Amino acid sequence: MPHRTFFAFIFPSILAMLLFITLPIISVAMQSLFVEHPAVVTEVENCGPFGCTTETKVDTEAMAKLKADQPMGAFAGFSNYLNHNHLAVDDLRAIFGDNRGIGDIVARVMNLPFYRALAFTLTYCFFVTPFAMALGFFIALAVNTMPKLLKGPAIFVSILPMIITPLVGSLILAWMFNPAGIFGATLQSLTGDPTLSLRASPVLTWIVILTYGVWTNGPFSFVVFYAGLQTVPKDTLESARIDGATRWQATRFVIIPHLMPLATFVALVQLMDNFRVFEPIVGFSAEANATSLSWLVFNDLVSQDSQQFGSAAATSVITIVGVLILLTPVLIRTWRDFNRKAV
Amino acid sequence: MNGQPLGLKTLTTAFLTLWLLAAVFPFAWTVWGSFKVEADFFSRQSWWFAIEGVRTVQQTGGTFTLAGYEGAWVQNEFWKAAINTLIVTLSVTTISLVVGTLGGYALARSGHRYAFWILIAALVFRAMPHITLVSGYLLPFFQLNIWGYLPTTIIVLVAINQPFTLWMLHSFFLSIPKDLDESALVDGCTRFQAFRMVIIPVMWPGVITTGLFSFLLGYNDFAVTSMLLRQENQTMIPKIASFLGSIQNEGNVMFAVAAVVSATVPLFILVLFFQRQIVSGLTAGAVKG
Repeated sequence: MPHRTFFAFIFPSILAMLLFITLPIISVAMQSLFVEHPAVVTEVENCGPFGCTTETKVDTEAMAKLKADQPMGAFAGFSNYLNHNHLAVDDLRAIFGDNRGIGDIVARVMNLPFYRALAFTLTYCFFVTPFAMALGFFIALAVNTMPKLLKGPAIFVSILPMIITPLVGSLILAWMFNPAGIFGATLQSLTGDPTLSLRASPVLTWIVILTYGVWTNGPFSFVVFYAGLQTVPKDTLESARIDGATRWQATRFVIIPHLMPLATFVALVQLMDNFRVFEPIVGFSAEANATSLSWLVFNDLVSQDSQQFGSAAATSVITIVGVLILLTPVLIRTWRDFNRKAV
Repeated sequence: MNGQPLGLKTLTTAFLTLWLLAAVFPFAWTVWGSFKVEADFFSRQSWWFAIEGVRTVQQTGGTFTLAGYEGAWVQNEFWKAAINTLIVTLSVTTISLVVGTLGGYALARSGHRYAFWILIAALVFRAMPHITLVSGYLLPFFQLNIWGYLPTTIIVLVAINQPFTLWMLHSFFLSIPKDLDESALVDGCTRFQAFRMVIIPVMWPGVITTGLFSFLLGYNDFAVTSMLLRQENQTMIPKIASFLGSIQNEGNVMFAVAAVVSATVPLFILVLFFQRQIVSGLTAGAVKG
């Protein structure tokens, strides 16, 4: 295809991506180097019959002018990245300089907002991905043995948790785990602890959100593995059985190797997607016990009095770096595939 | 495999039953509960109240009540949000597909090295967390005075959706034999004529599958719509989120439950009718990478 035709065809697509994906990333990177203007304060002297009092006031006029002149805020260099709400370099130095053992270090680092969010994000990412894949694999094996007539309905029900809007799905579970909801109340009576609730217990919050993650991500693996199972070579399976392989051995040495390339693909995609975990934090109102990097950005942007663009941008850049790290294996794989095809 | 041993068969059946229950029960429970009053759905005495509707009978006289739906749809004007969602998702799907089929077709037929690099860039873009992009939109949108309008959100969702659409349609067009459009070119068609007269008639299965996923992206989005739309023209999902803040305090959490159920229904219908396409779409992405 000649270059001209190619670009004529792809131009709208490229334009959209340049304007709304590339530019915002650049704008975020720039924004992360600025902070909001500090309030301009003027001292006003009020002299009345009882003497003079000085009063400090925010000078709205000067503020407006400052904002119009420098809409991005005041230049701050890398201070957005290093301050208490992000990488917290000073706090870390203090913690490592003076502490009472590993437990103390962990407890204090986990109190820093950024590291708290990072810890939950990574836990979610690396817990949910393998467990959801295992769940999906077993569902696929089980559905595959069902009579034909029941397969359709089983697949229908199985993909519901995946297709559901993440916010809606997490709300539905959050209501059931409410202390007055069916699971919440049952948990309270089972443990004999009437104060047990998502709000009060960080451990329970983590467990419930991770469970939600497995529930909603399992079906994706199921669909992919189920399709993979349909292409397992029947001859190989049969000859394995004739050679005396048990059912388990046939699964272990024929089916799993056959599904391995699919599994790598699913793992990489899911790691990337789970790193963005955001809606469950909102849906479960879990911010007191569990936060994620995406949620930190959201929180900076919705804060009522002043939106913290600089701070949100710094977290965004760090998140993007994290995604790129997770993405590297995918890129290498695509690169290899492409070169193999080209040869 | 034929003739499973009885033990294994029992185990498989038990596991599958358990999973299917886990998959469907939360929805069934919430749909059922949305027709009860709050004192039943969030009963402090026993969850059995939610099934029998003891308080619902006491408060309304019937075992089922539409109070939640009335509160959400009429009092809180959820219908406005539903119309906005309809506008946003339909526009996003249509524009995504128009732009995406052209791009995907070009990528599948180019064969030049830069086509590969565009695909790689798209892969990287697809991985970007949406909320980080949103934090890049806000300031420029405020300054250009385009923040808060539906068209802005639609264009943004189309752009965010492009990487995925391009990849999917690209691999779909690869599966259509090259000879088809090339013979049209030999017969004297221009590229665009070949695309319009030869490719468009055969591309619908791929387009429908991709369209489903575009629809889902627009429908399920929370990060973009909640940050880029003002209160008056919110779509359903951010509207539900805003219910939580205001309604929970007034003891009308049932409005939110009814709204959630209402937002789930279209998805159920979608899966009911397009199950095969959704499954094949997910698999196509996986098998072809």
